[in-house]
Amino acid sequence: MTDVLMPALSPTMEEGTLAKWHVKKGDTVRSGDVIAEIETDKATMEVEAVDEGVIEEILVPEGTEEVKVNTPIARLSGDDAAASAPKAEAPAQAAGDPEKKAPEAVEVQPEGEASAPVLPKVELRDPELPEGVKLVKTTIRDALRDAMAEEMRKDDKVFLMGEEVAQYQGAYKVSRDLLQEFGDKRVIDTPITEYGFAGLGVGAAMAGLKPIVEFMTWNFAMQAIDHIINSAAKTLYMSGGQIKCSVVFRGPNGAAARVGAQHSQDYSAWYAQVPGLKVVAPYDAADAKGLLKAAIRDPNPVVFLEHEMMYGQEFDVPEDIDWVVPIGKAKVRREGKDVTITAHSRMVGMALKAAEQLAAEGIDAEVIDLRTLRPLDHETIVESVKKTNRLVTAEEGWGPMGVGAEVIARVIDQAFDYLDAPPARVHQKDVPLPYAANLEALSLPSVEDIVKAVKAVTYK
Amino acid sequence: MARGQAGSAAKRKTNDTGGSGAADSAVTQDELLKYYRDMLLIRRFEERAGQLYGMGLIGGFCHLYIGQEAIAVGVQAIKEQGDQVITGYRDHGHMLACGMDPREVMAELTGRAGGSSKGKGGSMHMFSTEADFYGGHGIVGAQVALGTGLALANHYRDNKKVSFTYFGDGAANQGQVYESFNMAQLWNLPVVYVIENNQYAMGTSIERSSSETHLYKRGASFRIPGEEVDGMDVLAVKAAAKKAADHARSGKGPYILEMKTYRYRGHSMSDPAKYRTRDEVDEVRKTRDPIDHLQELLAKKGWADEASLKAIDAEVKKIVADAAEFARTSPEPEPSELYTDVYLEAAE
Repeated sequence: MTDVLMPALSPTMEEGTLAKWHVKKGDTVRSGDVIAEIETDKATMEVEAVDEGVIEEILVPEGTEEVKVNTPIARLSGDDAAASAPKAEAPAQAAGDPEKKAPEAVEVQPEGEASAPVLPKVELRDPELPEGVKLVKTTIRDALRDAMAEEMRKDDKVFLMGEEVAQYQGAYKVSRDLLQEFGDKRVIDTPITEYGFAGLGVGAAMAGLKPIVEFMTWNFAMQAIDHIINSAAKTLYMSGGQIKCSVVFRGPNGAAARVGAQHSQDYSAWYAQVPGLKVVAPYDAADAKGLLKAAIRDPNPVVFLEHEMMYGQEFDVPEDIDWVVPIGKAKVRREGKDVTITAHSRMVGMALKAAEQLAAEGIDAEVIDLRTLRPLDHETIVESVKKTNRLVTAEEGWGPMGVGAEVIARVIDQAFDYLDAPPARVHQKDVPLPYAANLEALSLPSVEDIVKAVKAVTYK
Repeated sequence: MARGQAGSAAKRKTNDTGGSGAADSAVTQDELLKYYRDMLLIRRFEERAGQLYGMGLIGGFCHLYIGQEAIAVGVQAIKEQGDQVITGYRDHGHMLACGMDPREVMAELTGRAGGSSKGKGGSMHMFSTEADFYGGHGIVGAQVALGTGLALANHYRDNKKVSFTYFGDGAANQGQVYESFNMAQLWNLPVVYVIENNQYAMGTSIERSSSETHLYKRGASFRIPGEEVDGMDVLAVKAAAKKAADHARSGKGPYILEMKTYRYRGHSMSDPAKYRTRDEVDEVRKTRDPIDHLQELLAKKGWADEASLKAIDAEVKKIVADAAEFARTSPEPEPSELYTDVYLEAAE
């Protein structure tokens, strides 16, 4: 004997009308037969039999309104009743009993404790430079190239794909000579088809390869953001840990010079909001190299934000060692005692310049290069603010909901009592980036903006 | 015999200039009985899933595969070890066909710790590395680029494996499908695109959504051969899949199979299906049902009497009842699972 229950048409339905019976007492029904119709204010649906048997009794006559979900509406008898539906009390146990709900148990957990496992534990220190290591002036472009070449030599699962990365040698020449060394199987020119090739890269990563997907600029990756977030960032979680996705998405990010709004945008805050992604935005060449090598080795999807205006800049890079900089650790670029300035990518250079100007005026600024935006190294920031008691954040992107907003929220949460002034944010003006040279300059954050903000928070 | 041979060479709808697929003459009794059992398992499983949904045990969206069983089972019949399968959100049938444990699939539907994704994926997001099943994807069309990426990995490794990438007539209008077609043919990637044309993209019929309704032709401008297949006939599906897979495996690149099929239920559980008549659904059920068809074929060949079919029926029922019971009694995931599987630890 099996009870046929009033079904729910949707997750929110609680009751409905039993509009019509298609069977009567004594009828024989098979699995899949339509036996009744039910109605809600939104829809009418057919009820199909799940078991075979004979309708022994109609418990709720047609036309009855406000029939609660899971009410027995008919009784079915048959030889196979033993292997039949779960018992009627089942839903009460699973859906109705509030004590069974997991979320409540979650809410009472202290936030810090519960969220701890999210951030993978890594040794968060820059590698020590061995005695006598040679530092070589290298452009960021070549540092990135060398990182890819070294990792491709080391691991044949690593390959590069993107527009113009092979024969053209890279739109910004970041992949110079890679085709010559590794061949067209591992350095793949794609058609102009961001959504498609990002999806192919993620699929290849799911199959165990380690693709580096280059976007000619991050602006074009908006066509591919679905695969970066929905396919790459979430699949490990949705698969209960089964499907890995070790992929690096990289390319130039942020403002370029005089290319207008569609080619100039900082995506730091966009990607840094997404659990499952790591987001890296280096400033100098040593970090560009060391962090890209770490990103390629990382088993998670990494968004690697380079800066178009910095590819040609030279910095010292250690030579002849396997230089890997751990993801997830900020770097204090300049120590100071009066104010903390946080920045990433190109803004670090501006923050350092601002600090020099401020030093001449007697203000001693500490500059923190965030380097990784997710996971954010809030410990280094908070420790610094506890010392300086003042905070200015600097980023190239828009302010609302931005990186600075997050940094400040963390500091207020963890070091509120140490603050001697409200923190200040430096960022792009809240407009699409204009083309006209003067307006472009007005829109973008500058060294002067940082100096001004520091003076405001130090009441100078 | 029945519809296995209905598509004669003259009537064959294809833009492939090569020969036709092998006929089904080689099928054995054991094979045919297995297809019957596997298809019946999917149907009974889905009926039970629909019931559990109605009881509030399954939440959110739940897209049933009832009516389309011959496709997943027919393709699976020629799939080699290591060939990958990837599909959209109407995925329960594919997972069962791939050999995933019905208990794990049902328990994922109920969001329990015993589910294949520990309850964290749900109906639309299930995976099994063991069964080479790569999901289970909720964004219409995304699996096409991902499946082509699986094929890229096969090509990269030169491992002679094929990616079976399924999508529906709705996804066939997504741009990334054509981006993927282009790269697949350009680079000769071993992928078989299996379009499950069940005539309705949610509530929109193919005539109302598609300027070219013959989806097997959709690869023509990329030089991808395509063929229309009776997706209600497991042997026709199997033969076509074999031919397409051979093509892909031999390094000739992608192949498109348009499986003409029909879903009996609504798009999801909360779809009253007002966009079509009950007569239309009944007509398909009565005249084209893939399981009835196979039953007739078995009878005609004298390969199964009523008793043996009943025995299969009972076995399937038991499996489904057991899966439902497991899905109902498996505990919800531990609250601590909330924070696992977000990141993998970096080595070193």
